[in-house]
Amino acid sequence: MAIEVRDVNKSFGTTPVLRDVSVDVASGSLTALLGPSGGGKSTLLRVIAGLEHPDTGTVRISGVDATRLSPQRRNVGFVFQHYAAFKHMTVFRNVAFGLEIRKRPKDEIRRRVMELLELVHLERMADRYPSQLSGGQRQRMALARALAVEPEVLLLDEPFGALDAQVRKELRTWLRRLHDEVHVTTVFVTHDQEEAIEVADTVVVLADGAVEQVGSPSDVYDNPANPFVMRFLGPVTEIGGSLVRPHDIEISTEPRPGGDEASVTRVVRLGFEVRVELLVDGREAWAQVTRGTAEQLALAPGATVHVRPTPGARSLALTGA
Amino acid sequence: MAESGTIDTSTVDTSTVDTSTGTTAQNGTRGVSRYVLRVIAVGYLFFLLVLPVALIVWRTFGDGLGPFVEALTSSSALHAFQVTLVVALWAVALNTVFGVGAALLLVRHDFPGKRLLGAFVDLPMAVSPVVVGLALILLYGRFSPVGGLLESWGLQIIFSTPGMVLATVFVALPLVVRSVVPVLEELGDEQEQAAHTLGASRFQTFLRITLPGIRSALAYGVVLCLARSLGEYGAVAVVSGRLVDQTQTLTLFVEERFQNFDQPAAFAAATALALLAVVTLLLTRLLRPKD
Amino acid sequence: MSVETPSRTAPPPRAGARRRRRVSGGTALGLGSAVLYLSLIVLIPLALVVVRSTDEGLGYFWKAVTTPDAWAALTLTIGASAVVALVNLVLGTLIAWVLVRDRFPGKAIVDTLIDLPFALPTIVAGLVLLALYGPESPLGVNLAYSRAGVGLALLFVTLPFVVRTVQPVLIELDKDMEQAAASLGASPFQTFRRIILPNLVPAMLSGTALAFTRAISEFGSTVLISGNLPFRTQVAAVNIFSQIEGDNTTGAAAISTVLLVVALVALLALDLLQRWGSRRG
Repeated sequence: MAIEVRDVNKSFGTTPVLRDVSVDVASGSLTALLGPSGGGKSTLLRVIAGLEHPDTGTVRISGVDATRLSPQRRNVGFVFQHYAAFKHMTVFRNVAFGLEIRKRPKDEIRRRVMELLELVHLERMADRYPSQLSGGQRQRMALARALAVEPEVLLLDEPFGALDAQVRKELRTWLRRLHDEVHVTTVFVTHDQEEAIEVADTVVVLADGAVEQVGSPSDVYDNPANPFVMRFLGPVTEIGGSLVRPHDIEISTEPRPGGDEASVTRVVRLGFEVRVELLVDGREAWAQVTRGTAEQLALAPGATVHVRPTPGARSLALTGA
Repeated sequence: MAESGTIDTSTVDTSTVDTSTGTTAQNGTRGVSRYVLRVIAVGYLFFLLVLPVALIVWRTFGDGLGPFVEALTSSSALHAFQVTLVVALWAVALNTVFGVGAALLLVRHDFPGKRLLGAFVDLPMAVSPVVVGLALILLYGRFSPVGGLLESWGLQIIFSTPGMVLATVFVALPLVVRSVVPVLEELGDEQEQAAHTLGASRFQTFLRITLPGIRSALAYGVVLCLARSLGEYGAVAVVSGRLVDQTQTLTLFVEERFQNFDQPAAFAAATALALLAVVTLLLTRLLRPKD
Repeated sequence: MSVETPSRTAPPPRAGARRRRRVSGGTALGLGSAVLYLSLIVLIPLALVVVRSTDEGLGYFWKAVTTPDAWAALTLTIGASAVVALVNLVLGTLIAWVLVRDRFPGKAIVDTLIDLPFALPTIVAGLVLLALYGPESPLGVNLAYSRAGVGLALLFVTLPFVVRTVQPVLIELDKDMEQAAASLGASPFQTFRRIILPNLVPAMLSGTALAFTRAISEFGSTVLISGNLPFRTQVAAVNIFSQIEGDNTTGAAAISTVLLVVALVALLALDLLQRWGSRRG
């Protein structure tokens, strides 16, 4: 294991932010810490980096107990949400910083920095200052800076949080490809479930300072451990006392075993998809069907239909709901 | 009397400030009121600040540069220059080290009593320079236990350079702190944390990240502190004993020469100090943190 | 001088700013040094002034403060400072207004000049004022050795306070508000009175309080122009100075204590004002 977090507790004042958190991160993996804001994921990342000290519990990095080590001795790369670019240094000097601190020979620093700048496509920006870069370029510079010291693990705090939607998508795919090239154990924090599912190979879902579930992206999406995870990972609706994904609802004109009668209240076309709003047993629900299905069933407001979860689809019984 | 001055202005000064740019043409009444306000403001400043200072400069250089140079190169004047410089440099050095340290404490550290420390740092601004002098005499004067003890070790504070340094440190104490604090706050600690994760020690982080980040604010504070130190009069007047050719600073020299009816020397030294003040103004203008 | 660096504004809330850190060894060392430095130079000496003032009992303290010349100096100082603070309130705001809202050639120079009283040594300020408004005045205005002369000196040294506190607030003031008021039918004067002025009041009062505390403690600029006539033009600081020269440190300490208390009350009022302002803002 590259990172082993054991029974970590942490409070700010009287507010607990991490509660008995234990997480393992496999060597060479790309792990997402996913959760709503205020769920403790950034704090967990900062605890791993040594920027926060846990009240109780331990952190091991590459098998070494790092709980009492200061950040500068942990050899982690940390990429801050707002990049934390050294404003008074050029891009080159920013990336070279860690190597200069380690007193590497000048020519080695030069070679390594140019190598990294090429990797992040900033080789022509070496002499610019951070203020002359775009948000995405600054982010890539911060990444190169963190990678320069050949860290044991790379930690990214909401790496794309401050970027606009388009750049965000580009950087996501790029980060995935970069990880496949560099193979450094990487942990990143995000509140965007799409981002986590697309980029990570392991997803850790955190809420209210506790780990809700750990698994592969398809695992947490298809087999959520509890209603919270199911709701957080994607759209859900409720029929027959169970949480179901709207695309896992089967609509038919004829009654079927296990089905409920429902009346259509509204049909919204969203391009290829159609959103069908329903009233089942006096409760609102909705289903996502293809345009073909909608036309075939002639769905229109007021129509009476029968709905049930697609056989084999994952649903979660809600107790006491 | 200030009012009478401004009323004079509105008649005298109209010709000098008639250049209305008129970029945003207002209706008639607003245009007039704007003009009136401008004349009052500029006139007040002209009679309160510009004219008095200009008059001294004119009187000093009225007979050419010769008398000015002569007055400032007398042995007393040169000695006063030297004392002023020594005292000011010590005070600036001490307050710079303290100022940066205290600013870091106030912004980057949490501890009980932080607000109180901030209030204590600002306290010297509320104290009359004369009271500063008295306070230092009470602690470090020859007849106090502390002053007596120090004197028995051969260290004289009051009526000597150390006392003048202490007095100057006191009056200029908040300047560096208060210049650096807002910039440190705005800078945030993320860059410092980034440096830590890249392996930099606390000291390396301070030298390579924090110091460059605050350098213009620090320079601004140091310039303010230097100007205040060079120009301090009241506190130094009390603790120095005003011994001509011994503890006389430039400001004390101005007063002593004037009282002894040596106007040319007093005016020359005052002009020199005023020129320093103008240089200070221009420097702070350049260094002022941009909003 | 606090005007130059608006100090008491709370830092912007940053993510995790409320993090509680333990008082580490480094913090303790730094804090210890800072407190030692402040104590040796500021706190202990000032405490000794207060202690010394009551050295010979409260009766003596009261007697020292109410000797005719000391009492005259104190009332003159506080009265003149109040008047000067009020003049600053009006003219300082007016100057800030002109500097922010008006445009004319040379405005940048005028703006720079505002700080001149901060940069100019007080004794030089007194000397230049005496040269223009003294017995040899080329304008024929002689204010030397008069209370008006004292007021003039105080006006000179306190000029920047109100201007420099009001100016940034005026710059930040949202023009949309004024345009909204105008669109609702308010005249320029009504807009000023009902929209602009209420937003400026906290800053105006802060600047006035700062000017007042500066004025009551002023020494250097009044020395030459006032002539130091007891009962007429002698301000409190000068009175303290002459008592120190006359080796009456207890009397000097008593008047010093009064000045300190008045200044602290003014600053306390200022602090309350600023909290009031930030709550509204």
